[in-house]
Amino acid sequence: MSIKHGLLALLDQGPRYGYQLRAEFESRTGSTWPLNVGQVYTTLGRLDRDGLAQPDGEDDEGHVFYRITDAGRRELHAWFDEPVSRADRPRDELAIKLAMAVTVPGVDVVAVVQHQRAHTLRMLQDYTRLKMRAADDDLAWQLVLENLVFQAEAEIRWLDHCEARIARRDLTAPAPAPLPAVSDGAPAVRGGRTRKGRR
Amino acid sequence: MSTPVLELRGLGRTYGKGETRVESLIGIDLTVAAGELLAVMGPSGSGKSTLLMLAGGLDAPTTGQVLVEGTEITGLSRRRQAALRRRSVGYVFQDLNLIPALTAVENAALPLELDGTSVRKARATALAALAEIGIEGLADRFPDEMSGGQQQRVAIARALVGERRLVLADEPTGALDSVTGEAVLRVLRARCDAGAAAVLVTHEARHAAWADRVVFLRDGRLVDDTGRQSEAESLLAKDVRG
Ligand SMILES: Nc1ncnc2c1ncn2[C@@H]1O[C@H](COP(=O)(O)OP(=O)(O)OP(=O)(O)O)[C@@H](O)[C@H]1O
Ligand SMILES: [Mg+2]
Repeated sequence: MSIKHGLLALLDQGPRYGYQLRAEFESRTGSTWPLNVGQVYTTLGRLDRDGLAQPDGEDDEGHVFYRITDAGRRELHAWFDEPVSRADRPRDELAIKLAMAVTVPGVDVVAVVQHQRAHTLRMLQDYTRLKMRAADDDLAWQLVLENLVFQAEAEIRWLDHCEARIARRDLTAPAPAPLPAVSDGAPAVRGGRTRKGRR
Repeated sequence: MSTPVLELRGLGRTYGKGETRVESLIGIDLTVAAGELLAVMGPSGSGKSTLLMLAGGLDAPTTGQVLVEGTEITGLSRRRQAALRRRSVGYVFQDLNLIPALTAVENAALPLELDGTSVRKARATALAALAEIGIEGLADRFPDEMSGGQQQRVAIARALVGERRLVLADEPTGALDSVTGEAVLRVLRARCDAGAAAVLVTHEARHAAWADRVVFLRDGRLVDDTGRQSEAESLLAKDVRG
């Protein structure tokens, strides 16, 4: 998450001081990206150094205001114009975990997938509940929530896909014997696969 | 605890014999209480539609029982089963089933009219259901004058019309874009919050997430379940503003 550009977007709407920026940043993103005030001041320092924002006087209480510069505005618009690269994001731990699980003998991969899916679905239910409560006019907050919703949904679809792939693999080449099921008493899926002999 | 609106006990359905025998559902136990929205997910062919057909009394189980508000529906006469379906159960089929010769509002009013409600009153109630789902403007169109998604919403209005205690919806959002799909879920959710019970079959986790509980079917069995959640468990709500 680019704090730098987030702050520039707020400063684009008029001069602000550190605490104000932090509070607004968090309210726009619904605290999904918590920010400490230290990060805000460090970032303001860098913006000043790079000529993207500059100090703009103090109020009676000693709050130092910052204002965006023309260069800052150009930087901000370039940011909006540029798609966010997926490659910049950290690698997904879940993908690594499943890659390991399918190769390490004795791991019940289907149980790993099912556990993860139920977990992600519960997260998705949480996001949805927050959405139900979100005010109709708070579009920024709703869009942030929906970003989380669509990401969770994508993860679930991918997990469904993994489950089907694993089932298909196990049909052709028997997998290493799994440890006793890790899942909470759910009936084992393995035995049920070929029961109907469909297709 | 009060009687669940829907209760499935050891429910099973087998189609065909010998070579072509298919166990479509095996040993399903489920209850849906008043106010509850249950979502059913699972791969194609896992038995989701079969489950809804049995729950709605549109098909008879091979084993087990279906109870609607405490009454075993398999034990009822055909006439009483049909009356129960018209009065208490709303059904959205996977393949729509609108009647081509009737307009949107006439389609939506049909269950009420069949049940003896006056034409005027049935029409007014049906218009309200269309409005709830945002398509009152299409009331006088025939099915072939509407898009797939619009027809789907008429089918949903028909399932919601009047005071249904149990709504069974099979992929009701399949032909809808994400915003319209969500609007339908909001209506279903509101019906449940007002005291109805609903079972929603969907492939989309985003829509299943509106439910109080999500169960997964695979090869005719329930294999997974998010459980009913209490508000306190909510992971996110704690550290979010407000
Ligand atoms: N009338 C029938 N006669 C024979 N087999 C049937 C019949 N209806 C369903 N089946 C079989 O029962 C199984 C479950 O079907 P069902 O329609 O419940 O699946 P589903 O989960 O709704 O799938 P989809 O997501 O594709 O709609 C399938 O193998 C299907 O072929
Ligand atoms: Mg189906």
